Amino acid sequence: MKPGFRGAMTWLHDWSGLVVGWLLFVIALAGTLSVFRSEIGNWMRPEARCCAVDSVTAGNAAVGWLSRHAARSPAWYIQPADARSATSYAVWTASDGGYAQKWLDARTGSPSTVRDTLGGDFFYRLHFELEMPFPWGRMLAGAAAIAMLLAVITGIVAHRRFFVDFFTFRAGKGQRSWLDAHNLLAVTALPFHLMIAFTGALTLANLIMPWGALSIYRGDMEAIRKDLYPAAIDRPAKGIPAPLAPVAPMLRAAERHFGGGIAQIAVLNPGDAAAVVSVTSAEDSRIGIQRQTVSFDGVTGRPIAVHDEKRPALRTFNFLYALHTARFGELATRWLYFLCGLMLTALIGAGLILWTEKRRARRQGFGFALVERLNIGFVAGTPLAFAAFLVANRLLPSALPERAAMEVRVMFWLWGAVLLYALVRPARRAWREVLAAAAAMCAAIPLADLLTGEMRPDSLHIATAIFALSLAAGFARAAAHKTAAA
Amino acid sequence: MTKAAALSLRYRLAVLSRVVAAVVGGYGVAVLLAVAISWLLPLSREEASIVATMVALLGLPVAMMGCFYARTALRAWAGLAIAAAVLAGAAFAMGWRP
Repeated sequence: MKPGFRGAMTWLHDWSGLVVGWLLFVIALAGTLSVFRSEIGNWMRPEARCCAVDSVTAGNAAVGWLSRHAARSPAWYIQPADARSATSYAVWTASDGGYAQKWLDARTGSPSTVRDTLGGDFFYRLHFELEMPFPWGRMLAGAAAIAMLLAVITGIVAHRRFFVDFFTFRAGKGQRSWLDAHNLLAVTALPFHLMIAFTGALTLANLIMPWGALSIYRGDMEAIRKDLYPAAIDRPAKGIPAPLAPVAPMLRAAERHFGGGIAQIAVLNPGDAAAVVSVTSAEDSRIGIQRQTVSFDGVTGRPIAVHDEKRPALRTFNFLYALHTARFGELATRWLYFLCGLMLTALIGAGLILWTEKRRARRQGFGFALVERLNIGFVAGTPLAFAAFLVANRLLPSALPERAAMEVRVMFWLWGAVLLYALVRPARRAWREVLAAAAAMCAAIPLADLLTGEMRPDSLHIATAIFALSLAAGFARAAAHKTAAA
Repeated sequence: MTKAAALSLRYRLAVLSRVVAAVVGGYGVAVLLAVAISWLLPLSREEASIVATMVALLGLPVAMMGCFYARTALRAWAGLAIAAAVLAGAAFAMGWRP
């Protein structure tokens, strides 16, 4: 460790950043893509045309399909299609006790006309669940968020010439250039980085820091839930069958109450005399507007509970939560989040590479080799794998059993292969080859879209193609740079 | 080469001790911070615990930084122990029983 406050914090920044860097790189890139979760979903389900169906019609159609195909489930949770999303999403308890989820056609409520894929929700789930069983993935993501917060704060302390460096970029100078790039990306979007790290930890606070609430409620989870979500009625089923009242009037009443759209519909005990329909409002363009919930009696259709959040601490919490998820944003806001997220991802990548460049002239032991190989497998391998996920969506036959899972498997197999490849190949060559493969895979996204005849001249397909081709050009340039340097 | 040789076992153990202090001890202090604020704030239970959680999540990286800023690993542990004792004592005085 180095002496003094700045020395100690620089040391802490370098090592905490390294230990969680690869994980944070994946989380940051997946999170960045999640900003356009609905749009990626629309791209990956070209059969469902975006987005002529309103939430009430879509929610009603989804409830209709679920009452025919999931009547025995104790609850249904639906995110209806809206102005951004071409499909509705439903999750319920399957007959084997596990969770089932489907993306439903907005108009008919049926999943059969839409190809089986996780869509943008794959990146969204990966962002904080890391493909691990509950609660371990979320806990690890929460720990990573805390480590990132630590790295950002110590990074500010470590950074000597804050404003001068903002105007400094020395290209083609090895370690210097990586440091300049790291600093430039960090300083430019610093408020975003700080905000996203803290609010990221906050979204997982119920798992990583539940102790304040647990202690003052003396472990009474039921009381915590009641106080936090007063309008989320959860009454036990009576065991008396009763038909569910038409949902559309309830949804329309909820929309009138919110003065805005619907984010989620929860139907508890469907088909039972104790059925409840809980409707939660969407965050619209005004971040100050809080999420609201209205619950209806499922049999009579009458409202039984309404909650508009007025408590200051909870409003603050909800505000910070919304700041992380960016669901409130208009298109411009979402692009800004997307760009900041890309900068964050790039700064983590530059930081990881900087760690090796700083030490290249010195002893190169096992640790150095491992870091360099993991850098290849993650910094170049993650975009390659993510791009392969989109390409697999176009190339896998639509009738393939377990198609959605297969797309994910293709991605992880490829990623694993890249990580292994980076371990056995000479590092410089591995960099060049994996970067070139990432470039090819990114270019393959619009190509596969075009060749399978799914490409349409709308903003979604064009923006996707332009972004994928820009990435491909960037990776190709990086690969060529490695070739020239070698 | 000389730098690597200078990384004595004693130094490595001291760094390990700080890492454990920061991760385990720092988290412990953050937990007690959440508990203490929950019990101290004159708010409803849900409001107090929400404020406490947010402060504790900010306190955690600060506690971790303190563990590496301390002059020796022993001092880092001592600082954690004092912070834990003060927070636990304050919560205890307000009626918290672990």
